[in-house]
Amino acid sequence: MNFAPKIKLEIFEGPLDLLLHLIKKNEIDIRDIPVAIITKQYMEYLELMRFLNLEIAGEFLVMASTLLYLKSLMLIPREGDESDEEVEDPRKELVERLLEYKKCKELAEKLEQRSLKNRDVFVRESFDLNIKNESLVDISLFDLIDAFKRVIERSRVSEIFEYVDDDIKIKDVMLSIVEKLKNGGRQFDDLFDVNCTKQYIIATFIAILELAKNSLIRISQFEPFGSIYLYLLVDPEICKNAINEMEDEIG
Amino acid sequence: MDRDTLKAIIEAILFVSGKPVNLDRLKDVIGEDKESIKSALQQMIDEYRKDTRGIEIVEVAGGYQMRTKTNLSEYVKNYLQVKPSKLSRPAMETLAIIAYKQPITKSEIEYIRGVDSSGILRALLERKLIRIVGKKDVPGRPLLYGTTKEFLELFGLSDIRDLPTLKDLNEISGGQENFFEQGEDVFIEPDGRGKNNL
Repeated sequence: MNFAPKIKLEIFEGPLDLLLHLIKKNEIDIRDIPVAIITKQYMEYLELMRFLNLEIAGEFLVMASTLLYLKSLMLIPREGDESDEEVEDPRKELVERLLEYKKCKELAEKLEQRSLKNRDVFVRESFDLNIKNESLVDISLFDLIDAFKRVIERSRVSEIFEYVDDDIKIKDVMLSIVEKLKNGGRQFDDLFDVNCTKQYIIATFIAILELAKNSLIRISQFEPFGSIYLYLLVDPEICKNAINEMEDEIG
Repeated sequence: MDRDTLKAIIEAILFVSGKPVNLDRLKDVIGEDKESIKSALQQMIDEYRKDTRGIEIVEVAGGYQMRTKTNLSEYVKNYLQVKPSKLSRPAMETLAIIAYKQPITKSEIEYIRGVDSSGILRALLERKLIRIVGKKDVPGRPLLYGTTKEFLELFGLSDIRDLPTLKDLNEISGGQENFFEQGEDVFIEPDGRGKNNL
C-alpha cells in the first residue's frame, strides 16, 4: 500500500483518553481495572492506528509498556496476602492518574456548558469576528476508529481475493464523498460499499479526516456509541473547488 | 443626580464600551459614589432580564458588560454571518487544568493529560486565554501559567473564584462515582490558594 499518507490528527488525544474510552466502553469499574483485558484492547487500538498510518505518539508506547508491566505484576502471586502487611495494588498510580484526568475532563465539560462569548453570547466587539474554527469533530478519534473497525469487519470477505487497485486517489474519494453528502447528512457506514476493497475503505477513512481537517465537513454523534453522521459545512461546489485546489501530495 | 439619569449614563457607557467596565472607572467618569452606581446597576440588571430585552448586563471579569442573551444566539449568528468560535476538546481540557490548578507548569499539565501540550499552550497564549505568571522555584525554573481576563470574559465569569466547583459537578453527575472524595484542595479553591498549590 503505497498510497497511504501519514496523517497527523489535529484533534490529538492521548493514551489516558484511550484508556478512559475503553473503560467506559467495557463498563468497567475504574478502581478495579482488569489489566489483561484492557491491555489487549489497548494494543488492538495501537495496531489499528498503525494500520491507518496515524502517527502514534511516543506517549502511547510508554503507556503500552506500563500496561504490560502492570499485567506482569498482576500475574505474580502476591506474597504476604495472608499477613497483616498491606500489599499495595500495582494499579494504584495509574488509577489515580485516570481519576485525576477524568476529573479534568469533567471540569472542561462544565466550562464548555457555560454561555461562551462569541458562541452563545455576543458583545459589541464581536463585529469583526473572523475566528478560525479549531475543531469540527464533535466526537473522539477513538469513536471514529471504532466505526472504522466495524466497517473493516463487515468487509472481511474481500480478504480472500483482493484486486489491488493502486490508483485510488484520496482527492477522488473526497470528491465522491462530497457528492454523496450534497443532499444532506449521511451515516458514516453509508459511505462504504459493502463490497469495496480494504484499500478503498482506508482511502475513504483518510478522505473523511482530510475533509474535516479542511473544515469542509462536520463529524457528529448524537449519543455515546451511537451512529456517526457526516455533514457538508459549505456549498458542494465550493467544496469541490477547494478539493481540486488541494496540493497533490495527498493524492 | 437622580436615579434615572444615573441609569441612563451607565447604559450609554456600557453600550459604547463593549469591554467590561469596572466600578472604579464608572465612578471616575460619572463622579457619583460607588454605592449608588452599584445599586443603579443592580436595578438595571433586573430590568434587562425581562423577555422583551435582547441584551443583558452581566458581571464579568471584574466589571459590567452588555451581552446578547444566550437564547438569541441563532439570530445573532445569522446576522453576523460568523462561524461560532470554538475551542477544541484538548484546548478546553488544557484550559480547565490551568484554570483550576494555576499557577502550573507545562510538565505538570502534561503529566495530567498524558500528552505533549506545547502546541496547545502556544495557541492558548496566542488567544490570550492564558499568560505566563512567573517561574517555579525548582531546578530549571520552568514557566508557570495562569488564566487571563480574556479567559474570564470568554466564560462569562466575574472572578476566577466563580469557576464551577467540584461540588456543583458532583451534584450534577449524581455523585454516583465519588471521585472527589480523595480530591486535593487545589480543585476546591480555584483561586490559587489551595494548599497543594505552590
